[in-house]
Amino acid sequence: MPKLPTFDDVKGNVQDNVIWKSIFRPGSIYRKGYRDTSRDRALASMNNVLYHLHPVKVKRHGLKLTYTYCLGGLSFFMFILLTITGIFLMFFYTPAAGAGTEIAYLNMREISASITFGQLVRNLHRWGAHAMVFTVFLHMARVFYHGAYKPPREFNWVVGVILLLLTLFLSFTGYLLPWDQLALWAVTVGTNMAGFTPVFGDQVQFVLLGGVEIGPETLLRWYVLHVLFIPFITVIFLAVHFWRIRKDGGISGPL
Amino acid sequence: MSEEITPDQEVYDRLLAEGKSERIARAKAKAAAVRASKIAEGATLGPKSSEEAQKALESARAAAGGGGVATKTAAPAESAGAQGGGRLPPEERAARVAASLGNGGKQPASMGVPTSSTHTHRLLALVPPAGIQQVQSKQMDKVYTWPHLLLVEFVALLAAGSLLLIASFFLDAPLGSLANPQEVPAINKAPWYFMGLQELLAYLHPMVAGVSLPGVFVVLLMAAPYVDKNPSAKPENRKLANMAFTFFLAFWGLLVVIGSFLRGAGYAWAWPWVQGLGFTL
Repeated sequence: MPKLPTFDDVKGNVQDNVIWKSIFRPGSIYRKGYRDTSRDRALASMNNVLYHLHPVKVKRHGLKLTYTYCLGGLSFFMFILLTITGIFLMFFYTPAAGAGTEIAYLNMREISASITFGQLVRNLHRWGAHAMVFTVFLHMARVFYHGAYKPPREFNWVVGVILLLLTLFLSFTGYLLPWDQLALWAVTVGTNMAGFTPVFGDQVQFVLLGGVEIGPETLLRWYVLHVLFIPFITVIFLAVHFWRIRKDGGISGPL
Repeated sequence: MSEEITPDQEVYDRLLAEGKSERIARAKAKAAAVRASKIAEGATLGPKSSEEAQKALESARAAAGGGGVATKTAAPAESAGAQGGGRLPPEERAARVAASLGNGGKQPASMGVPTSSTHTHRLLALVPPAGIQQVQSKQMDKVYTWPHLLLVEFVALLAAGSLLLIASFFLDAPLGSLANPQEVPAINKAPWYFMGLQELLAYLHPMVAGVSLPGVFVVLLMAAPYVDKNPSAKPENRKLANMAFTFFLAFWGLLVVIGSFLRGAGYAWAWPWVQGLGFTL
């Protein structure tokens, strides 16, 4: 009987393969010959599109959980999670309302009742959204108490405040989409407030609602804002935010 | 991983006694220990002093047979002018390499440059002081992102993800009855993060509570780094800033809690244990 190849033989052959080596760049931990050396550790973060958000080396105090509590990272994680669950929900949702065509609300019922994992994904999306607002708040508080907005990081704090507002607006536009009583009236309260903007109150409210009161046009408008426009703006500001962390010399501290 | 090197205690103590800084003494003691261990392993080391280096260079030149170029190691610029383009003749170059490696004129195979080659590389360049960027940053204690930071982040991600998954498994997102513009619900509240504003509406004119005041707060928040000129990040040095921010957070927190849990039908005051919790996430 021929000798069976061991796991290490198979692993070695797979990793020595032209295709494998074209996918995993030098220094990747999945590549053959990765050694736990300074050089390969540096390459591991340099040669990976995701990891190179980080510098090759970080300040040791930043590893302590009680310094950052990972709040910025968790906010970003929530954003990714909401994007994924949101895309799933988009497959089953039509932003149409109005007498006789209450499709949006019917879709919500279907997502809860008959779509595989529909309720779970919707729950993840909803609780994730609340969690993101919360982690962004906490992240802001953490940054303030560490004085991390001080020079040279002033502008990144401003970008962060914009991201906080975008997060609130993302969450608020999503709030209307189920098109139930809760959504309609919560949004009515919010948009009535916007109507009291000095000088341009009526215009602001009209642009937000796509009409003089909440209706099918509002639903479509907020849907587009929620799934496309605000995420797009948010991603741009996120890119600036992350890039500036590195340009401003990494995370702040130690205190 | 590199094995731990025990610094040479004798050298360390001597250098400290000579008034060298702790860091330099430690580095030199470490180097001494490495040198000692290399010699013990039978390795030939490069020249240690300038006289030694000069002597090694002379002998290497003699071995290479290129003794005609009478340059000193310390003055490469003289020969640079003579040779044109600042290049050393290959024999001279090979001699210098051999001398600095301290292996008596024979070149290790790995050095790869044959003595007969007419190709030389300029390994050094003169940089005018004006061309040097002065970086004034303190040496910091740093660790590699991979594996240290990425591991922590991965664990945080897993923890947060599983927490959310468990919550989503047991708690269903609310879904009320179909939206009906004709039927105002008894309890009518904004999402919790806007409850602070809604609570303010109960006290102030909507133009102040709903738009102007939050607008001012946002501008103040953005202006914080430009207003706060205190360079220190230590909590004990920035009591005013921390207190102001804590009051700010506590103020909004209080409004959100009152608005969310202590308001009932018609937005009237309601104790949750009497009228029930009029709050939906």
